[in-house]
Amino acid sequence: MPVVDLAVTAKRGLNERLHRLPHDTLETVWLIENPQGQHALAAGLTAPVTVEIAGHAGYYCGGMNQRATLIVHGNVGVGVGENMMSGKIHVKGDASQSAGATAQGGLLVIEGDASARCGISMKGADIVVKGSIGPMSAFMAQSGNLVVLGDAGDALGDSIYEAQIFVRGSVKTLGADCVEKEMRDEHRRALRQLLDSAGIDGTVSVDEFRRYGSARRLYNFHVDNAASY
Amino acid sequence: MCGIVGLFAKDPELEPELGRLLASMLGVMSDRGPDSAGFALYGAGERGRIKLTLRGRDLDGVASALGEGVLGTIRDTHLVLSIAGSDEARVRTWLAEQRPDLVIIGAGERIEIFKEVGRPAMVAERFGLPDMAGTHGIGHTRMATESAVTTDGAHPFSTGRDQCLVHNGSLSNHRNLRRMLERRGISFATDNDSEVAAGYLSWRLREGASLTEALEASLDDLDGFFTFVVGTESGFAVLRDPIACKPAVMAETDRYVAFGSEYRALVGLPGIAHARVFEPEPARVYAWQRA
Repeated sequence: MPVVDLAVTAKRGLNERLHRLPHDTLETVWLIENPQGQHALAAGLTAPVTVEIAGHAGYYCGGMNQRATLIVHGNVGVGVGENMMSGKIHVKGDASQSAGATAQGGLLVIEGDASARCGISMKGADIVVKGSIGPMSAFMAQSGNLVVLGDAGDALGDSIYEAQIFVRGSVKTLGADCVEKEMRDEHRRALRQLLDSAGIDGTVSVDEFRRYGSARRLYNFHVDNAASY
Repeated sequence: MCGIVGLFAKDPELEPELGRLLASMLGVMSDRGPDSAGFALYGAGERGRIKLTLRGRDLDGVASALGEGVLGTIRDTHLVLSIAGSDEARVRTWLAEQRPDLVIIGAGERIEIFKEVGRPAMVAERFGLPDMAGTHGIGHTRMATESAVTTDGAHPFSTGRDQCLVHNGSLSNHRNLRRMLERRGISFATDNDSEVAAGYLSWRLREGASLTEALEASLDDLDGFFTFVVGTESGFAVLRDPIACKPAVMAETDRYVAFGSEYRALVGLPGIAHARVFEPEPARVYAWQRA
C-alpha cells in the first residue's frame, strides 16, 4: 500500500501520482499522512482506488472525484467533493461550507456537521450528513438527495429544483419555494437505501424524517413572485 | 482575500511562546495575503504606565528627547514608548509639534502594534515577533483589492485604548458609519473600512457595552462581509457576518484558543491533533476573557 507523507512530499507530486494511475491499477489503497489542512488533496481522481487521508484536509478535497473512494479521518475545508461525478467521499469529522457543491453523482457522507451551503446547486449526488447542516443548504439544488440526521439552518432549499431533502431534526426556516412534502412509500424506500449506503443501521428509522422539495412556483417567471427570485 | 489569525493563551506557560506561534500562523497565511502584514500583541504592562506604538523613520533619539521617565524600544520602523500615564498628554503634544511625521498606531497598558508592507513571514521577522511574549495576539495578512498597498491600509486597527481589530471582508456602509462615529468623537487615521469597524466597537465599548454586546450590536449596524478577530486588554473575540461570507476555523484546548482563516494556519500549534477544531457559526459572538 503506497503511503505518502505530506510532511516530506509535495501535494502536487501526490496528486500527479494519483492522476496517472491506470484504471486497472493494483495500487488500490493509498494512505496520505500529515495532510495539515492542505487544499485540493486527492482532487480530480478518475481511478477506482481508495485514498485514506489521516488528518484534516483543506479546501476542495476530493473535488471532481470520479470512481475513487476517499476517507478523511478528520475535518475538511470548503467545497469537499465539489462537482464530484461518482465514487464516494467519507468525512469522519466536520465539513466546512459548500460541501458537495454542484456534485453530479456519487455519495458524500459526513459523520459530523456540515456548515453553510451544504449541497448548493447539487446536480445528482447523494449527500448524507449525520450531524447538522448550516444555513442556505441545498440552495438551487437541482437533483440528487440531501439527507440530514440532525437539524438544518436557515433558508433550507432556497430556490430548489428537483433535489430531495430529508431532515430528521428541526428546520430553522425554509427558503423561497421550498416546502415540506408528503413522505410516501417510494420516498421511504429511497431514504432507507440512502441510509444503508451511508452505513446507518436500522436503529435510525425512515419514519423519523420529513421530506422537503420544490413547490415549483418559481420555475417560470411570474411578476407576482418578483421579490422571490 | 486576506488572512487573519488570533491566539489567546489560557495557560500562562504558553505566554513566552505566543510570538513564535503567532509568527508561524502569519507565515502560513501569506498565500491569502502577500502584500502586507500586521499584528498586535498584548505583552507585559506596568500599572500606571502606558505604551504608545509609533510608526515612522528616524526613531533614534525620540525617547531620549522626550526626557526622563520615557523608555523607548525600536523595532524596525516602529517605536514603542513606555511612559507614565500622567505624562501622556505632554508626550502626545510634543510628538504632534516636534515629530508630526510619526503616526501613533496604538496606545494602551499592554498593547503593541506592528504593521508593514511585505511578505508576512518577513514582516514578522523584521519586528522580531518570534521572540515576543504575550497573553494574546491577533494578526492579518493583506491582499489589497480596493485600495493601494500601503502600511496605512494594513491591519490591525486600533481606535481605543488596548483595543484592536483585524478584518477579512469589506463593509458597504462604512461612509455613513464613519460620519456617525465622528460626530460621537471617534477619530480615524485612514480611509479604510476596517478602521470604521474598529471605531464602531470602540464607541460601543466606551458607551458601556461588553465586548460581546458591542459585537452583537455590530450585526445590526454593519452592512457587508466580515470575519472579525478582536482584542481588548483582557478579552479576545471572533464574529462572522450572518451569511459567513469569509472563512474561519477555530481550535480550542485547555491551553489556548486559536483562530485562523484556514486550518492550515493552526497546524503548528501544540496539541492541535487533540484540539477541538470547529467552524464558528455565522452571527454568533465567540468571546474569551482573561481571569
